[in-house]
Amino acid sequence: MISNKRLTATKSNAQSFAFALPAIAIFSVFYIYPFFDIFRLSFHQWNGISSQKIFVGFENFSDLMQDGIWWKSMWNAGFITLVALTFQNCLAFALALACDREIRLKRFYRVLFFIPPVLSEIVVGLIWSWILYSGMQNGQHIGLFNHFLDKIGLHHLVNNWLSDPKTALPCIAIVHSWKGFGWGFIMLLAGLQTIDRQLYEAAKVDGAGWWSVLKNVTIPMMVPVILVVVILTVLGSMQAFVLILSMVGQGLVYHTDVPVTRILSAMTGTNRFGYACSMGVVFGLILVGVSLGFKMISDRTKQA
Amino acid sequence: MNYYKVKSILKSSFLHIFLMTVAMACLFPLFWMLRSALMTNETVFVDKSFIPQTLHFENFIHAWEQGNFGTYFLNSIIYTTSVVFCIVIIASLAAYAFSRLKFPGKNLFFYMFVLALMIPLPGSFVPLVVLMNKLGLANTKLGYILCMVNVGLSMSILLLKTFFDKMSPDLEDAARIDGCGKMRIWWHIALPLARPAIAVIVIFNSLNVWNEYILAQLLLNDKDLMPLQRGIMVFQGAHSVDYPVLMAGLTISVIPIIIVYLAMQKHIIKGLSSGAVVG
Repeated sequence: MISNKRLTATKSNAQSFAFALPAIAIFSVFYIYPFFDIFRLSFHQWNGISSQKIFVGFENFSDLMQDGIWWKSMWNAGFITLVALTFQNCLAFALALACDREIRLKRFYRVLFFIPPVLSEIVVGLIWSWILYSGMQNGQHIGLFNHFLDKIGLHHLVNNWLSDPKTALPCIAIVHSWKGFGWGFIMLLAGLQTIDRQLYEAAKVDGAGWWSVLKNVTIPMMVPVILVVVILTVLGSMQAFVLILSMVGQGLVYHTDVPVTRILSAMTGTNRFGYACSMGVVFGLILVGVSLGFKMISDRTKQA
Repeated sequence: MNYYKVKSILKSSFLHIFLMTVAMACLFPLFWMLRSALMTNETVFVDKSFIPQTLHFENFIHAWEQGNFGTYFLNSIIYTTSVVFCIVIIASLAAYAFSRLKFPGKNLFFYMFVLALMIPLPGSFVPLVVLMNKLGLANTKLGYILCMVNVGLSMSILLLKTFFDKMSPDLEDAARIDGCGKMRIWWHIALPLARPAIAVIVIFNSLNVWNEYILAQLLLNDKDLMPLQRGIMVFQGAHSVDYPVLMAGLTISVIPIIIVYLAMQKHIIKGLSSGAVVG
């Protein structure tokens, strides 16, 4: 009797497990295994093809510490992130504030602002690199932006936007922000709409002006949503790289490389698979550290 | 007109100018893409008028046939539909098990998926490509589909599990008393009820697969297997100055996205907004 009961329970457990099995199987093969393999490979020297992997201990990591281009690429990603945090998020917040009221065409704006985020980075990068094209033909600027600068009398500003090391990265950062502000806008607007309107009424009755309402009511109420947007912006922008491939390719190594494009070139360019993996591990640890830092900040604000 | 009315009109027109400028900045590059797609190789470099005098629709035919965009487009459709279909089935089965059923190690497995979402792992494509080569799945449609299913799985499971957790189990209980098996309950009751969550999963995963680039670059070398994003880069590498046809190709890849987005934008914005408020 008892053993029979146990048998049906086992059978039921097995049935239930079968529901989750396809997901667990795919996940184990395509996520868990590579997850551990990246650590294993990072301690080896390997060209990706030969059957021999040479164990080199921490050599890849010590090489990485002295790799100037790697740390420069980290700064480049940091620069893109900084532009995204300031320019992109301030724009998103201003637009969300402007839309958080009874205003005509509100839905129209909301639909349009989210068009850039649904486009692919390849498409966005190629369209913008066409607009920023720097060549000339018959004394005429081919690219629209240079042509425009020339026509409005600012020809001293005409530039090789994407091949000049000084301007390439800022251009990428701005296009990245153009593509990304819609996300922040939608999230911040959703946050703003949860704020109780009575708070605004009360503040107004007390004679608070626009700025003081923003500073003393809106922003304090929005801290949790702002933190989410900030974390997503940082993690997303640090790892953005497809836009770079489609805008400038991998030509301006020192000036436009970010960590992920470094990993790519170590892997497909110089066939240093182990080194590529050690880069992935170091960069992953840095990102985990950053997100833990934000988590601590967010917990602290919740307590306060 | 009194002072307050003037002030309010001024304020709202200022806001509209601001919003309209940004809205135009969102649309203009797309307009410029379409415009350039309708010119010839000679005029595209010189003519800067917003609407060219003669429109050359044959660029789209060139892109579709000589540019191989027809194949790329078809591949993108195949990848997107099969990946999204697999994700919906596999993720909803797993999420249902994690939410409603009992088996040993259930929580452990679930947290594994959650953890995967929280740990960023840049460069995981290196060991993944090594693995795909080992398994003989590199440069195959199946290999790319499986990788992309894995990419969307964690998020979809988490979303569906939260949805199932909030759903009342009354209907399922009634079905169980009537002698329905787990599988039938999942298919006939849980899945139809989860339609709003599934809509969100379908949209976000479709966008993600359609726009994916890096795995397509690393895994697919055959032109016959490439999806649009990869094909665009191959075309751009080979014909770097043929801007009208390139822009026509870009337009081909953008049109389905824009149509799906406009049709589904309510779901997209709702999905994102709920994420923001919960998160």
